[in-house]
Amino acid sequence: MKRSNIIMFIAALLPLGVFLFPLWKITLEAPQYPIPLGMYIHINDFSDVHPHDIKNINLMNHYVGMKYIPEVIPEFKIFPIGIIITTVIGLIIAFKGTYKWFLFWFILMIVISSAGLYDFYLWEHDYGHNLDPKAIMKFTNPDGSVMGFQPPLFGSKDILNFRAHSYPRLGAFFLGLGIAASFIAYLIGKKNKQKSAS
Amino acid sequence: MTNILKSTVALLSVLVAFTSCDTASKSNSGALSSSAAEKVYVAPGEHDEFYAFISGGFSGQLSVYGLPSGRLFKVIPVFSQDAEKAYGYNEETKPMLNTSHGFVPWDDSHHPDISQTNGVVDGRWVFINGNNTPRIAKIDLSTFETTEIIEVPNSAGNHSSSFVTENSEYVVAGTRFSIPIPQKDMPIKDYKGNFKGALSFISIDPEHGHMAIKFQLIMPGFDYDLSHPGRGKSHGWFFFTTYNTEEASTLLEVNASQNDKDFIAAVNWKKIEDYVNNGGGTMMPANYAHNVYDEATHSATSTMKKEVRVVNPLDVPGAVYFLPTPKSPHGCDVDPTGEYIVGNGKLSANLTVHSFTKMLDAIENNKVAGDAYGIPILNFEDVLAGVVEQPGLGPLHTEFDGRGNAYTTFFISSEVVKWKLGTWEVVDRQPCYYSVGHLMIPGGNSQKPWGKYVVAMNKITKDRYLPTGPEVTQSAQLYDISGEKMELLLDFPTIGEPHYAAGCPADLIKPRSKKLYKLEDNKHPYATLSEADAKVVRDGKTVHVYMTTIRSHFAPDNIEGIKVGDKVYFHVTNLEQDYDVPHGVSIIGANTSELLIMPGQTETFQWEPEQVGVWPFYCTDFCSALHQEMQGYVRVSPANSNTPLKWSLGEDIE
Repeated sequence: MKRSNIIMFIAALLPLGVFLFPLWKITLEAPQYPIPLGMYIHINDFSDVHPHDIKNINLMNHYVGMKYIPEVIPEFKIFPIGIIITTVIGLIIAFKGTYKWFLFWFILMIVISSAGLYDFYLWEHDYGHNLDPKAIMKFTNPDGSVMGFQPPLFGSKDILNFRAHSYPRLGAFFLGLGIAASFIAYLIGKKNKQKSAS
Repeated sequence: MTNILKSTVALLSVLVAFTSCDTASKSNSGALSSSAAEKVYVAPGEHDEFYAFISGGFSGQLSVYGLPSGRLFKVIPVFSQDAEKAYGYNEETKPMLNTSHGFVPWDDSHHPDISQTNGVVDGRWVFINGNNTPRIAKIDLSTFETTEIIEVPNSAGNHSSSFVTENSEYVVAGTRFSIPIPQKDMPIKDYKGNFKGALSFISIDPEHGHMAIKFQLIMPGFDYDLSHPGRGKSHGWFFFTTYNTEEASTLLEVNASQNDKDFIAAVNWKKIEDYVNNGGGTMMPANYAHNVYDEATHSATSTMKKEVRVVNPLDVPGAVYFLPTPKSPHGCDVDPTGEYIVGNGKLSANLTVHSFTKMLDAIENNKVAGDAYGIPILNFEDVLAGVVEQPGLGPLHTEFDGRGNAYTTFFISSEVVKWKLGTWEVVDRQPCYYSVGHLMIPGGNSQKPWGKYVVAMNKITKDRYLPTGPEVTQSAQLYDISGEKMELLLDFPTIGEPHYAAGCPADLIKPRSKKLYKLEDNKHPYATLSEADAKVVRDGKTVHVYMTTIRSHFAPDNIEGIKVGDKVYFHVTNLEQDYDVPHGVSIIGANTSELLIMPGQTETFQWEPEQVGVWPFYCTDFCSALHQEMQGYVRVSPANSNTPLKWSLGEDIE
C-alpha cells in the first residue's frame, strides 16, 4: 500500500473520534456561577459539564423566554449516519482510489462540515431569537429591536449577566485532523504521481 | 510645705515615668496587633484553614466556625428546635427529639468530638452529648445535619461524654449524677452506697456511623465528670475523672470537696468488650429512644429500645482501677503518645499527671492501696508521672500540640498555661478574658494535633464587647501557638455557652461537603418528583398537598376545597438541582415554623385552618429574581361546604 493511501486510510478513520469525544462546548459564566454552567455538544447528544448544568441553563433561560434545550434533535440521527457513510467512502477510496479521489473526499468533508456548522448556527439563532412572547423579562437593543441571546458560534460574547464561550472540543479536532490528513494524502499522492510520470 | 512640694514632684516624675513606660508598651502592642490582624485575616472569597465545631451549651446546638478568622458559618440544630431550619418542627425531624420522657425540645450540648481513624481525626462525623436528658447525637459532616440521636438510659447529667476512641469503635458517655439503677422511689439521704453511676460504651458502625449501646458499666455512686480514651500505647483503656467520692447528696460545693483525693477511673474497655462478646453482663429492662434520620427518605424515625446490657465491674477482674487524683479533678486528658493522663484537679494548686506505663506496672505487681466498693485503688505515688508545680489556680482542661507541649486552662486565674510534658516546667502563660473553661487545638485530643492555634472558650466576657443589656455574648479567643510563646490573635463571639470544641483542617471535610440532594435518590413517601405529579389528595379530614418548588413558582399555587377543621399536610419537594438554591414556604397562621428545603429534598409542615377565607403562602428564602412572585393561595371553605377539591398552576382554577 502506498504511503498516500495509508495516510488516506488514517484520514478516513479519524472522524470516528466524534463518537468518542464531544464536538463543541458552550460555557456560561456569571457572578452567581463561580463554577460556570456548561454543555457539551456530541454528534448524537447534549450533555452536562457538571451534573444538572443543562437543567440549570434552561432555568436561567426561561426568564428571557428561551426554549428548553431539546433532549433529542433530528441532527442526532442524521449526523452519525453522515459520518459513517463518509468514513466508508473514505476507506473505499483509501484502498481503491487514486489521489484525485482523495481531493474529492476532502472537498466532500469540507462541504458536509460547513453544512453542519451552518445547521448549528441556524439552531443557535433560533434558540437565541425565537423567544416566548410572554417572556418574564424582555430586553431591547439600543435601536429598539428585541434583544437576542444567541451564543457565539465560535469565540466569547457577553449576554446580559453571562459571558458565553463557544469553542470546539476534541471530537471536532479529530474531524479536522481527518480532513487535513486527506488533503496531505492528496498532495503526497500527486507528488508521487508526478515523480513516477517524470 | 517644701517637703510636700518635693514629694509631689517626686510622685509626679514617677507617674510620668510609668506613663511613658505605658506609652512604649502600647506602641509595641500596636505593632504586634497589626501582625495579629494579618494572621487572622482571611481575604474576601478565601477559605479558612480549619473548621472549628464549637458547642452551643445551653442553646443545645453546635456551631461551625472558620479558623483563624473566627467567622460563623452555620448553627447546626442538634438537641433544640430551630424554627429557621424547621428542625424539630417539620414532620420529618420531629422524631429526632423524641425520648423516653416524650418530645424534649431542648438540651444542653457540651462536648463535640470528631470521629478518628488510627488515632487521627478523619472528619466524617461529629458526636456531641446532650447533658440534661442524656443523649448522644451524631452529625454527618457531608451534610452538616444531625442524623442520629440515641438516648442514654440509667444516666443523669450526661457530662463525661461524648468522646471517641481512636478508631471510632465507641463513643463514650459517662454519667455526672449517680442515681438509683433502676430508678425507684427512695429517700435521697440513702444515696451513699445505693446510687450508682453508669458509664456507657456506644458502638459506632464503621460504615454508616449508626450507634448502639454495647454495654453500660455500673460504677459506684460518684460523679463522673469528664473522660478521654487512651491512644497509641494506651488504646483499649478509657479514663474518667470523678468527684464527690464522698457520695454527698446535698450542698456538694462543701460536702463533695472534703476528700484530699478523688479518683481517675481507668477502664480497660477491650477486656470488658471481650467479656461481653462472650456473653458476659446481663440484659436489664430499659426504655430509651433511638432516632435515626435517613438521607434517602429525608425523614427520621424513632424507635424505643426496651433493654440494655449492664456489666458489674467486679465481674470482670482487672478491668477497672482507681488512680487517686487530688481535689475533684475536672478535665481528664491523654497526651498524643497515650503515656500521660492529666488530671486537672480544679481545687488543687498543682496539676497531676499520671503515667500509663507506671499504672500498668503497678497493676502487674499488684500494688494495691485498698479498694472502693471492691474496685482496686492504686497508690498515688506508684502511678504519678509528675506534677506541674503551682501553674495557676483552678485547672480545668488540657490539650496538646504534638511537639511535647501541653496547654492547660485555669478558670480562677483566668489564663492558658503552656508547659512541657516530661519536665513539667511552665513555659508561658497568657491571660484569658475572662474565666476560661475548655480549650481546643485542632486534633489536640488525638495522636496527631495540628498545633498551630489554640481556641480558649470563656465563661464570662463582661466588658470585652459592646454591651447588649444584662445578657452579653459568650466568647472564644484564638492564640497562635506556633512559636515558643503564645500570642493572642482574636476575640470572637460564640452562640449559647461554648463548652468544648473540636477542630480539623478544612481539607478533611470540604471536598466531601454535599452540594445538593439528587432528586432521583429522593425516597420520601410523599415526594413529588415533577410538576406533572403535583396534586392534592383528601383522605377524610386529612388533606395531603403534594407540592413542588422551582424558580420561581409553586406547583400547584391555587388550591380550593380545603375546609375548616381539616388537617392539611404540605409535602413540599424542591425540584432544584443547583447548588445553594433552597426554597422556603409557610402559610399565614400556620402554628409551626417555615420549611427551608434544600435542592432535591422533601419536607412537610402541618396546617389546621380555623378560619374561612383565601389564605396566601409564599417562598420565604429569596431564591431568584422572581422570588417576590413565588406565592399562592389556598381557599378555605366552611366545614359543611361542598367546594370541590381543585388545584392548578398557571391557569384559572375553573
